[in-house]
Amino acid sequence: MKPSSTAFAFTQERIVIAITLALLVVFSLTLNSFLTAGNILALIQNVSILGILGVAMALAIIGRGIDLSIVATMAVSVAWVLQLSNNGVPIDLAILMGLGLALAIGLVNGFLVAYVEIPAIFATLAMGTVAYGFVRSLLLDDNLIYLKGASDTWFKWIGSGQVLGVPNAVLLFGLVALVAHAMLRVTVPGRFLYAMGDNPVAARSTGVPIRPLILLQYVTAAAIAFIAGVIAATSVDSVETRVARSNLVYDIILVVVIGGVGLSGGKGSIRNVIVGTLMIGVLVNGMTIMNVPYTLQNIIKSLILLAAIVVDSIVNPRDEQTSQQGDI
Amino acid sequence: MKRRILATLFAAAVGTAGLAGAVHAEQPDDGLVNESAAAMKGKKVAFVPIAMGFDLTEAWAAGLKHDAETFGYDLTIRDPNWSVDAGAQAFSQLISEQPDVIVVHPPEIQAYTRLIQQANAQGIPVITMNLKADANGDVFIGANWYDIAVKQTEAIVKACGAGSGKSGKIAVMQGVLTNPTSQYGIQAIEATLKQHPEVQIVSNQAADWDASKAHAIAVTVLKANPDLCGFIGMWDNMDVGIAAAIKEAGKTGQVALVSSGGGNQASACDNVANGNFSTYISYDAKGQARDLMMAVRSILQNKPTEPGAKAEP
Repeated sequence: MKPSSTAFAFTQERIVIAITLALLVVFSLTLNSFLTAGNILALIQNVSILGILGVAMALAIIGRGIDLSIVATMAVSVAWVLQLSNNGVPIDLAILMGLGLALAIGLVNGFLVAYVEIPAIFATLAMGTVAYGFVRSLLLDDNLIYLKGASDTWFKWIGSGQVLGVPNAVLLFGLVALVAHAMLRVTVPGRFLYAMGDNPVAARSTGVPIRPLILLQYVTAAAIAFIAGVIAATSVDSVETRVARSNLVYDIILVVVIGGVGLSGGKGSIRNVIVGTLMIGVLVNGMTIMNVPYTLQNIIKSLILLAAIVVDSIVNPRDEQTSQQGDI
Repeated sequence: MKRRILATLFAAAVGTAGLAGAVHAEQPDDGLVNESAAAMKGKKVAFVPIAMGFDLTEAWAAGLKHDAETFGYDLTIRDPNWSVDAGAQAFSQLISEQPDVIVVHPPEIQAYTRLIQQANAQGIPVITMNLKADANGDVFIGANWYDIAVKQTEAIVKACGAGSGKSGKIAVMQGVLTNPTSQYGIQAIEATLKQHPEVQIVSNQAADWDASKAHAIAVTVLKANPDLCGFIGMWDNMDVGIAAAIKEAGKTGQVALVSSGGGNQASACDNVANGNFSTYISYDAKGQARDLMMAVRSILQNKPTEPGAKAEP
């Protein structure tokens, strides 16, 4: 069979880039206020939480796992930080405790997947519910926690401030993506993660410490989720823990997969996540400026995502090898 | 002599011990108190909120808990945590348990309509809280959404309309579209603005009662309309996201934000005090809690002969 990558391969990533660029051109030509530095920054700012959670999800998926608990981890750990701080705990200590809670959830996830050998999809699905229920009933007084105690400290600045006109959320998205990219490309655990995602049995035979690596994978995902939560909470002065029960986790998987990270593991990079995130960002931003009604926005968004997948399966037809991939 | 002293001591001891516990029992029958206490004791009251854990439902539940302790009725709260399905399930489960009154907080206009009718048909009185359903049940306690939105629109017209020197461009942030707040609210806004053609809605979006979504939309709307004059938000707990976006743009005080809600300290009073909300319409969750307590007491003592009968025209 002829290799598909002769001169220019239409990978899913490139298809999504093409769609994003097409949208950019159309919106720039039709909408006055679209192509301004302010709006482009706003566009990225609005998807930065989604993007950061996408990075966390990508780490889990590249290592042949998935983390359905990241939204719950994000919501409850940061809600606890706000509550502790409202009750008089110094904000730095509160942050440490919240981060500890997030890491503990990640650790349990990793333990369930690596040592108890429960499939990641079930372990993290259950863990998301457990973490939400446990923290909500034992640690939190309310579903909706306001940022009161630390509202005029540096903590508040994390999600609401800006540096040289660039919103912090955008900078932090860039930073998280860069660090995760470097970790995947340069460090040993990063390379091992690809090896494990590609073929766990072969990786183990060659001496990759699979189980500790899985632990690391979920703990890192939880830590990144905590960062996303802090940015979200400090940008709107509150945490609504019901986000844990929302569809956000599907949106996250969507930006990761649409950008070209294979659900079967071992494939893709942080760049794919950025591409997927930007496409959603451009689309939603343009439609909001055009004041497209909410319901119609959802329809258009799904249709464009569907189109990207259809184009991909036409340009890159499945063969025996790839037919098993993409299934969780 | 000794016996008498002992007896007196004994009587005194019984007297003081008895004072605390036996006030109710020994209260003379005034023809009201004993009878109403007996009518409420042991009755079953059930409450299905949209979710617990935010100002409105916590205030109502606190009122019911207080009364349940005072009058000895059983209070069950089934928390569906924002899930419409789980709420409907809890509601139908309750109907089969046959409580003496069901208090519901419908998440959408249609979602509980059949269930309210069903409960009424089985002889269970229903109280709906704050969000109207298509079936009215026996009691409705809560805001008149049309009126609140009219007041909000009048406030924004004052800030952005004729004579204000502003652009007259406003944005509307709805919550969940199928919710009465949005359904009646948007009608009221559009009807009120007909008399003020200088005020135009340049953005009309929905943010699912989520502050983060409202924040994202508001950031974009502010960038796209640099001369935007104001926002109408439909719930304080969501509108804090709009306030944050206005603040980030450095336009607090220049861009008006008219919000509404239950009048909670953190979401309402603090935001009015620090200038985040330029106008706030409160429907007073504590007052609603009091109304709810009275409605439950009334129904427990005086069960409607045909629950829900008045609801049908």
